[in-house]
Formats: sequence, structure tokens, C-alpha cells
Amino acid sequence: MNSIEIKKLSLNFGEVVVLKDLNLTIEKGEFLVLLGASGCGKSTLLNCVAGLLDITDGQIFINGKNVTWDEPAQRGIGMVFQSYALYPQMTVKGNLSFGLKNAGLPKEEIEKRVKHASEILQIESLLDRKPAALSGGQRQRVAIGRALVRDVEVFLFDEPLSNLDAKLRTELRVEIKRLHQKLDNTMIYVTHDQIEAMTLADRIAIMRDGLIQQLDTPKKIYSNPVNKYVAGFIGSPSMNFLKGTILQNNKPIFKLEGGWCESPDLSNYIFQESIKAETQVWLGIRPESVVVGGEAENMPVNFSLEVEVFEPMGADTLVWSQIGGQEFRFMIDGNTSVNVGDRVTVGFDPAHASIFDFDNEERL
Amino acid sequence: MLNYLEKHLPKIVLAPTTIVMIVCMYGFIAWTGLLSLTKSRMMPQWEFVGLDQYVRLFANPRWDVAVDNLFIFLILFIIIALVLGLLLAIFLDQKIRVEGAIRTIYLYPMAISFIVTGTAWKWILNPGLGIEKLFRDLGFAGFEFRWLVDSDMAIYTIVIAAVWQSSGFVMALFLAGLRGVDDNLTKAAKIDGASTVRLYWHIILPLMRPVFFSAIVILTHIAIKSFDLVQALTGGGPGYSSDLPANFMYTFSFNRAQIGMGAASAMIMLFGVLAVLIPYLYSELREKK
Repeated sequence: MNSIEIKKLSLNFGEVVVLKDLNLTIEKGEFLVLLGASGCGKSTLLNCVAGLLDITDGQIFINGKNVTWDEPAQRGIGMVFQSYALYPQMTVKGNLSFGLKNAGLPKEEIEKRVKHASEILQIESLLDRKPAALSGGQRQRVAIGRALVRDVEVFLFDEPLSNLDAKLRTELRVEIKRLHQKLDNTMIYVTHDQIEAMTLADRIAIMRDGLIQQLDTPKKIYSNPVNKYVAGFIGSPSMNFLKGTILQNNKPIFKLEGGWCESPDLSNYIFQESIKAETQVWLGIRPESVVVGGEAENMPVNFSLEVEVFEPMGADTLVWSQIGGQEFRFMIDGNTSVNVGDRVTVGFDPAHASIFDFDNEERL
Repeated sequence: MLNYLEKHLPKIVLAPTTIVMIVCMYGFIAWTGLLSLTKSRMMPQWEFVGLDQYVRLFANPRWDVAVDNLFIFLILFIIIALVLGLLLAIFLDQKIRVEGAIRTIYLYPMAISFIVTGTAWKWILNPGLGIEKLFRDLGFAGFEFRWLVDSDMAIYTIVIAAVWQSSGFVMALFLAGLRGVDDNLTKAAKIDGASTVRLYWHIILPLMRPVFFSAIVILTHIAIKSFDLVQALTGGGPGYSSDLPANFMYTFSFNRAQIGMGAASAMIMLFGVLAVLIPYLYSELREKK
């Protein structure tokens, strides 16, 4: 059964089109992450689902019920905000129970739910404190608790971890994942952080300019991005893009712009459709798919280049260099010593690469 | 020599204003305090009579009227200006069009002096010129609105004029406060199913506490100092029915040759202002620690 169904959703602010003809179906119990750079419309879409923005056109169904014109409180959703948005003059308990009081629930029921939620989130000892007396992580827990007590099918998260420091962010990220496994309800999670997206999501929707670019599992998006934008957005460090031409000479061969001593063989790459000879393309390869040294020499594609800058990151070292005047990054083992100016042989298997059309940047 | 100048220049530059402040403000406050302990009448004379002037002051029925009036004025003025200013601010905060123009219109009375406000309202409320005449000319022959010339109601006309002048300012204070409220709080409350009334009552108004505090302090001292408005609007009349303490002080000091008693009333007013200001300053300075 579908938990959320968005049909042909459009939203304009005056002349400005923010979302256009957007369709999205989310299954029950699914964890969907809306990922994109700021201004791509991901938070706007979440606000539309929550009913905090009136949409221009289209329909929204939650649990099979058309809620397009329902008030936020009647939609069966809970929401967590980036700024926590806790009611500052109420205690934690007051914050948790405010919505239930508005709904006119009996006192014992409110007590029961607040107790249950605070046990799950381990905030029992904080119930009598005001938000000002809590740390960032505790505040966000309370904010999650406020959604939890509502006992709803759908949770909406609007960049909930962006205001926290890196360590706390990692901790709470795991907690949100645990919470999802325990509660098994539908969650929509907005973020601009691709690591959060990769780690949490059942499926990721990458958005750009109010359109969903790709909607798929994290693995699929990572390995088979549909266009150059998605490929560049997912993955850290980001993918290398080499500009060049594909020559068909009974097998596809890549000719790098700016010259390359050998002509690498792309036979291993699975094209979506057969392509014309002399197509201008971007060849994308992730730094972590590049191998070095002896291993590289056995790869269908290999070449040598000069180390320009290297960034040790502990387990790995990221090396920056150039090939034919184009930037190229690759990872080497953190224990290998390198020096600026070293020549290194690198190689990769085209099966792990992504090739995009030069003009429309779609996957080929 | 140059070194000496350099070292003391700030003090030298500030000295004249400091002297003027000490003499003209604190010096004359002290002088007034001393005068209130003498039996001065037309001219100051330095024959001390202890608290006699204060005893006479509180025995004077005219002072009673002025103090009663002050309380009526203070309470009504503050409550009405606060409620009206808050409502205007809330309505103006609903993302309406031409907000800037409307805000200016409401704030404009603050730019006018109380003398002008008083004179304008004197004409508006004058039975032969203003509202009463307007309604009678419209055909409501029996219409009566003569608070200005009714000794029981005259004080309320002062409340009307003062509220008209100050509620726009209160609105501006509250509007600034409302603009500072995190949008997400409103969103969270909507998801929690709070009605607009509950949203404002339980979440937004409690956040406005500091604004209430500032507004009350500012309105209180406007009210206690009120002199020009009364002078222009009613002249304290009919009779002395709409006198405020400041008018009493002026009348007794300069028209009725009772400088001693005038000084005593001035000191009582000073204590009134201090009673409001000191807790305010105390809390303000403590917060900035």
C-alpha cells in the first residue's frame, strides 16, 4: 500500500515556478530522502506535503486519503524542523503534550504517550526542563518526540541535523535510523548532505530546479547516476569528469580532449543504447574506482600522471593531478607514501565509469 | 604640556556637558527638594518647616483629584494603548499588502507634539464644532457627545487623545517583536493543531514578555509626565476636574504663588517615576551582565 502519493504537484510563488508537475509515490514504511542543493525545492515540497504551503495545482494523498486541502494537523503527519522550533516558554513535557491537548485527548492518554515517547528517545530526565536549558542534541530529540507522541503514520524531517556539530550529527543519524527500524513508519527526510542521504535512505530523490532528477536506491544512484548533475552531487570526493569523444572502431574507444597517448577501450561499459560514432561525451569515473600501480596496468584503461597535490585523510589519501589539461583525482591507500611531482600509473575498469552526453548531460 | 592635554582631553571635552547635567538636572532636583521643605510662597524663602508642605499637599482636595485622575489615566491609557497596539501589530503581521504605508500612517501621530494632538482633539470633541455637531447635522438631532465639557468625563477625553497618539508607537514595538519570532514555531504549532487564538495565547504572546515590559515602562513615564496634552485639550477643566499632577504642580508654583507646595508635588511625582524606573533599570542592567 502506498503511504504517500503526490500527483502532478505544481507550486508557483507569483511568477516564479518552484515545483512543476511533480509525481512521487512513497510506500508504507519507506525512508525517502529528498536531496539537493539549496533552492532546489526540496524543503518546499516537504512543506507542501505537511500542508504548510498551499499548492497551485495537483493532489496529495496520505494513506489513500486525499489531503490536498486538509489542515496540517488533520493529515496524520509529524514534522521536525532544522531550528528545532520548540516552544521556548514551555517545559519539555509541555512541548510534547501541546499538540495532544489541542486535539482534546484525555489526560491519562497524554501522560501515557509522553512517557512512551520520552522512553524511546531517552529524555525522561529532561521532562521538566525548558528548551533553553537543553543542548542542541537534546533539543532535537525533544523535537522528534513532539512528532512521535502524535502517533502518526508519516514523519517529515526538514534538515534536522544541520544545526548540530559533526560528532553529534553522526550519533543522531544512527538514532534516526534505529527509530525508523523500530517504528517502521514512513519518513520523508530533507537534506543537502549526501552522506546523510546515502546512510539513511531506502530511496533517494535528487532534486534540482523543482524537478526530481533521479529516484532510486542509494546504491543505484551511486553506481548508475542518470545524468552528470546527479553523478557530481553524489559521492565524496566527487566524480572526475573527462571531456572527450567516443570513436566507434568496431569497439568504442575514448579519445580525450587535449590528447592521450593511448586510446582506451570502453568495451566493458554497458551503453543504454547504441551510440553514434564521434559522439562528444563526459567520461565520469569516481576517485575511489581508480586503482594505482601494478593493479592499474592490468586495467583496460591506464595511464600515468604526475602528483600535484595530495590530501591525507587517514585511511586514504586523495591525490589531485591532471591529464591532458583536465583535473583528475584518485584515492590511494593512506599508508602509501607519495610526493609532489611523483609519476603514478593509474587505471580503471570502464564498467565502473559513467558516460554522459556532452550536450544534454544525460547518461549514455 | 601636550602630553597632559592628550591624557586629559576626553575629560576636558566631556566636562561642560557633565557640569550642565549636574547643575541643571540634579542641582535643580536638589533645589526643588529643599524648596519643598520651606514655607516659600511667591518667591523662594529659606525658612524650613519640615514636611509641612507635604501635609498641606495631601490635605488639598485639588491634589486628590489630580492623583485620582492620574490613576484613571495611567491604567486606562496603558491598557488600551497596549491592547490596541498589540492588535494592530498582529493584524499588520499577517503578510498584508502595502504594509509599509499602513505602518507609517499608524506611527505618524507619534511625530506630532502633544500640544497639536490636544488642540486637534479639542476641536474634534468640542460639542459645537466636532463629532456632536457632525452627527446632529447628519440628522441625529438628539445625539450627545459632550465629554469634553462634562467634569466627570473630561479625564477620559485625555485618555482618548493620548491613546490615539501612542498606540501606533506600541504597535511598532510589538511588530518588531513579532518579526523576531521564528517562522518554524508557527509551522510547528499548526502541525500540532493549534488554532490561531491558541497559537498567539500560548506561544507568541509569552515570547513578547520583554516587549510588554518595555512598552509599559515607556507608557508609564509618558503618563506621569503628561502636562502639555491636558493643557491643550482641557486646560485642566472644567474647573480642575481633569488636572493631572503635573498641571497641579505648574498651577500652584507659578499661578497661585505656592512654590513650596508646588515643589512638594514635584517631588512626589519624581518618586512616582523613580518607583517605575529603578526596577526597570535594575532588571535591564542585570541582564546585560
